[in-house]
Amino acid sequence: MSTDVQPTDPPAAGLKEIDEGKRRTVVVALSNRFFYLSLGVIGGTYLLLIVSMLAADTWYMAEKSVRAAAAAEQPLQAFFLENPIARALSDRKIQYSIWLSLISCTLSAILSLLVAVPLGYLISRHEFRGKRLLDAILDIPIVLPPLVVGLSLLIMFQYPPFRWIARDVVYQISAVVLAQFSVACAFAVRTMKSTFDHIDPRCEKVAITLGCTRAQAFGWVVLPVASRGMMTALTLAWARSLGEFGPLLIFAGATRMKTEVLSTTVFLEMNIGNIEAAVAVSMIMVVAAVIVLVITRRWGTRDTTL
Amino acid sequence: MIVVENMSIRAGEFALTDVCLTVPTGAYGVLMGKTGSGKTTILESILGLRTIDGGTIRLEHRDVTKLDPALRGIGYVPQDGALFAGMTVRDHLAFAMQIRHKSKREMDDRVKELSELLGIAHLLDRTPVGLSGGEGQRVALGRALSFRPKVVCLDEPLSALDSETRIQMCDLLDHIRQKETATMLHVTHNLDEAKRLADCLFVLKDGQVETLENSKD
Repeated sequence: MSTDVQPTDPPAAGLKEIDEGKRRTVVVALSNRFFYLSLGVIGGTYLLLIVSMLAADTWYMAEKSVRAAAAAEQPLQAFFLENPIARALSDRKIQYSIWLSLISCTLSAILSLLVAVPLGYLISRHEFRGKRLLDAILDIPIVLPPLVVGLSLLIMFQYPPFRWIARDVVYQISAVVLAQFSVACAFAVRTMKSTFDHIDPRCEKVAITLGCTRAQAFGWVVLPVASRGMMTALTLAWARSLGEFGPLLIFAGATRMKTEVLSTTVFLEMNIGNIEAAVAVSMIMVVAAVIVLVITRRWGTRDTTL
Repeated sequence: MIVVENMSIRAGEFALTDVCLTVPTGAYGVLMGKTGSGKTTILESILGLRTIDGGTIRLEHRDVTKLDPALRGIGYVPQDGALFAGMTVRDHLAFAMQIRHKSKREMDDRVKELSELLGIAHLLDRTPVGLSGGEGQRVALGRALSFRPKVVCLDEPLSALDSETRIQMCDLLDHIRQKETATMLHVTHNLDEAKRLADCLFVLKDGQVETLENSKD
């Protein structure tokens, strides 16, 4: 009797398994779709925020330009010459601030690279006592609130030996460069360290066995390969310097035609209620940032740790 | 001649003690051992890339134990070639001579001679990008031989090559040691390679180096 019952059981179980299998397929497909949908939505929200910020600036500028054009007798001419950016560019104070920004950022970026290349190489290649401490100290400018950097610089110049040159630095143009350098350099060092970490140390070992001094091995074998990383470090330091504001305000002051850089201009124009000029100067900085971004992507390393 | 006497090295948990090996002038020494047994460590010590805790290293009767690696005059062929990115094959072959401020003519002659010996004359203007494994190792070999070193150290130079290229490279190495009259020390874990090339065979096992006779096949 029992043998009659048995044959009917396996196919039933098989059908069940097939049903279960189909259900699993659907569940997995749905789950995967939901997973990527969530990734897209979360990522997209942030992307939208970034694009909206820039779009708002641009829209605001366009609106003001059109309004200026409508009010003028010669609309077309007014649209190009009376728009907020054109007016900002023709302002002598803002021209000065653009020039000072360009020069101070370039100087601080070059100084940062000059320090970052040897320092990055040292911590990437060599083990020594106190290396972990040095590594931690190098992170201080990155994590420290910017205002604190400025205040600390100001206080530092109360004491010798810095006090002896304080008159030529504090609230002067050199203070602008020093404040920018203090923070930008830390980013440049990180970039250079990761650049050197990616270069096979065996190449230098071979160069040394071929008769190179350490300096020759560094200059002939390592540096040429590190050029992309150096480009990234340079542009990154430059962009950091351009955005520097808090330390500048405290350590270099915000004197027009003297220590005023673009970020200071935005602040000063906002303070006197001239939002148009503030936005116009911001747009100039956006353009500079985009140029830096393009340079880094085109000629720099693909992977930065920052 | 390479003479290592009672060398000891300590690096964390890893230790080698009383390592002794002698490769006579012009001979081809092969050091065998498993991965992680310390073959590369011994090679790096001879090259001077690693400081040793005890013992002496002599090359051609000169004590080099404390000498800077740049002054030891040993040709070094590392495991993965470690070619210089951005330099052409010609630059690689001329590199050591440029460091030594050799004349342009001398450099050109040597580059020509080596590139013909190694069969890489057609690659002289190429950079390492896109070279095959065998070609890369030939360039690394040429770079190491370029300044006519009395001693050449090779660290698993053939381990990343397919078997056919490996046989070709073995023939090439055999040809080179006759032509260049250098004392060679070759590190490998491949027994066939060792038997094919070695005049003297050393086996590194449990931190001890044992010298074996090798009757070549």
